[in-house]
Amino acid sequence: MSKVRLRGISKSFGRVEAVREVTLEIARGELVAVLGPSGCGKTTLLRLIAGFEAPDTGCVVVGDEMVAGPGRLVPPEKRRIGMVFQDYALFPHLSVEANVAFGLATRDRAEREALTRRTLELVGLQHKAGSHPSELSGGERQRVALARALAPEPDLVLLDEPFSSLDATLRAGLRREVELILRDAEATALLVTHDQEEALSLADRLAVMREGRIVQVGEPVEVYGRPATRWAAQFVGEVNVLAGVASGGGVETELGVFDLRVPASGAVHVAVRPEQLELSARRDGNAEVVAREFRGHDVLYRLRHEGGRTVLVQLPSLELHEVGARVFVRPAPAVVTTLVD
Amino acid sequence: MGLRAVRTDGFALVTVAIATLVAAPLVGLPLSFLTAPGGLSEFSGFVPEALVATVLLLLGVGAGTLVLGAGLALLVSFCDFPGRGWIEWALVLPLAMPGYVFTLFALSLDVPGIRSTAGAICVLTLVLYPYVYLLARAAFLGQSRTLLEAARGLGLSRRRAVARVGIPLARPAILGGAALALMEALADFGTVNLLGVRTFTDAIYRVWFGAFDRDAAMQLATLLVSVTLALLVLERLARGRARHAQLAARGDAVPPVPLHGPAAALALLGPLALVALVVLAPLAQLGVWSVESLAGGLLPPEFASAVRNSLLLAGISALLVPFAALLLAYGVRTSRSRLAGGASRTATIGYGLPGSVVAVAVIVPLGWLERRIDGVAGTGLLITGTVLALLYAYVVRFLALAWGAVETGLLRVPRQLDEAARGLGADRLDVLARVHVPLMRTGLATAALLVFVEVMKELPATLLLRPLGGDTLAIAVWQATSESLYETAALPALLIVVVGLLPVMLMIRLSGRRGAPLEAAQGAGAWAEELEATPA
Repeated sequence: MSKVRLRGISKSFGRVEAVREVTLEIARGELVAVLGPSGCGKTTLLRLIAGFEAPDTGCVVVGDEMVAGPGRLVPPEKRRIGMVFQDYALFPHLSVEANVAFGLATRDRAEREALTRRTLELVGLQHKAGSHPSELSGGERQRVALARALAPEPDLVLLDEPFSSLDATLRAGLRREVELILRDAEATALLVTHDQEEALSLADRLAVMREGRIVQVGEPVEVYGRPATRWAAQFVGEVNVLAGVASGGGVETELGVFDLRVPASGAVHVAVRPEQLELSARRDGNAEVVAREFRGHDVLYRLRHEGGRTVLVQLPSLELHEVGARVFVRPAPAVVTTLVD
Repeated sequence: MGLRAVRTDGFALVTVAIATLVAAPLVGLPLSFLTAPGGLSEFSGFVPEALVATVLLLLGVGAGTLVLGAGLALLVSFCDFPGRGWIEWALVLPLAMPGYVFTLFALSLDVPGIRSTAGAICVLTLVLYPYVYLLARAAFLGQSRTLLEAARGLGLSRRRAVARVGIPLARPAILGGAALALMEALADFGTVNLLGVRTFTDAIYRVWFGAFDRDAAMQLATLLVSVTLALLVLERLARGRARHAQLAARGDAVPPVPLHGPAAALALLGPLALVALVVLAPLAQLGVWSVESLAGGLLPPEFASAVRNSLLLAGISALLVPFAALLLAYGVRTSRSRLAGGASRTATIGYGLPGSVVAVAVIVPLGWLERRIDGVAGTGLLITGTVLALLYAYVVRFLALAWGAVETGLLRVPRQLDEAARGLGADRLDVLARVHVPLMRTGLATAALLVFVEVMKELPATLLLRPLGGDTLAIAVWQATSESLYETAALPALLIVVVGLLPVMLMIRLSGRRGAPLEAAQGAGAWAEELEATPA
């Protein structure tokens, strides 16, 4: 059963159409990420769901209740939606404990205390209960913000770029931690981010957004492996878009023949991920290494193909090729590619 | 480098000299308890009476300005109604109305019960609430939208989100504003004296002129200073808690909620009635009387000399005080020594102090100096009977006011400019004259304007220190009002209020219009800081 349903939501600010006809469903306990470049309307989408903005058209349904739609607009405080803000928006005049208990004002005291304690334990901050937000590290502040949003047991948790104000070194660890906390709490969550790695690694499903529209929805593997458009392919990870001639289940390109997921014919473009290519050092190779980006466990090579185009290839870092080396690039075995526009 | 820098550093020395000149008299005040231990015994009834009256006044004005100032700030910050842009600024206008002028208006109307502590509380609340209003409004407008949204997302209605998040976050600013208003109330002499409320300032005046007992006056002044200092400490404590509020000042400002129908009408008419009562009606009444007295030739012969004295004193002070402040601030900037920094902090404590205290404080060292000079040269009353003592008192009292404006201007001049000019062969005096002063014109002009207006309005120090025949407009207003000659008081009072409107208008212009609420808030906040001008 769907927990949250967005039906054809649009919102304009003056002449700017921030959100256009967005339709999306989130199942109970699911973690969905909205991925898009800055300015694509993803934060507006979040504010529409939370109730800080009213949609021009369309409706938002949470559980069985329509919270926004024709002739109906439930104020944010009645929506049972928790939100983790980009800069956390912790109340600086309240302790960690009071911040977390803030949304529990209507519960009786025993329940309030129990929920607060349990939520603080969930995020591992019971020892910081008496601290003030200004005394916490960035990661701790984030966990308090998360705890505050989770404590009232909302139907949906919204996270607005939750990792953007953290150091890059902290991010990966906290990402995992936040995911575990959300799973532990069995929360239904919608996260917006512009960081594709974050979205791919964290979400059950991914909605790629561009200029106010959702261009593709799917599981991370699917969005990455079968991009719906050239833009989506380029935004979610690195990609080589190759021209070729398709006939049946294969496509012939300047780098060789690839299998096609869906049979086609005629002139097409295919999206080939850098790891779907392989190369070997050959004096009479068809490409030259122009640049090399060492990433630890793997290496990204930028090649100049003899046809003149630049080709990206990603390989394990077991064997390294030097810049300037002549190499032979070809499709990796058993690779299936997707047609794009 | 420390010692050598101080020894060779002319600017640091100037800084220290100014600080000493300003602070020494104040440090001397408590010494009167040593030199004349029984000084107050003759006036033993004065102290408890003054203490009770002062405390009652502070409690009343504190509660009044808090409710009125914070309430109005809430209204204009979180609600939208037709005319809000005008109301927002009209509510600042009472700042231009000195307490004794509004008292003149209230007395002329014969408001029942006005000659009482309650009456004084009402008058002072009505003219002092803008301090709370300005600081609270700046704090509310500086709050980030996300904090209130976070509260609403957690189940609070708009009203309760404001109550539980907006107001607590603004609390330090609100209390800071109330402390400023209380310091003004404590310094007030005209209102309490005219209404017969026997507070400390009034007691000092009576001891000074009624009994010519300087030791007792100094001791009363010391007691008044202790109350003021206690308030200053409270304000500092409130400000210490304010730091976390700045952490919250990120993101967009809170969008106000539109009011409709009767609520909108009330939101417009309530504040309008307040401003009409405190500013417009008195101005109209004073205007009518002024025209009548001008037409009827009823002006007292002293009027012309009062105008001349006021303009001279205010003009000279407007040059002298910002200049001293500039030297002080520049000394701190170029020498970067801890000594100069400490000196500037010492030199700016005077502003929180009542004018009567400053007057009593400067007279003693001046008298001592005068006797020394007289002993050598036989010059008689060279200083204390002349305008010099008064100007000295003005420097002590208003240096901090000018310093705030000057320092703000100086901070906006990047240090690289100093260094560039020095690299091009300018010495530090050159840099001051050719780089800083031209760049700081606005800051210096603001300082001069603020000092000019404050000196025009100043009553207690002028009253205690003026030389013979040295009546000013403020004194003319006070004298005529105390003799119930309201029509005679009208024209000088009108002039004072009109001049007082200048800096208020300037602030409104500097703060810009709506649409840049954050900037406006900062403008208002900065101005209020300048008013307060006690260095952090």
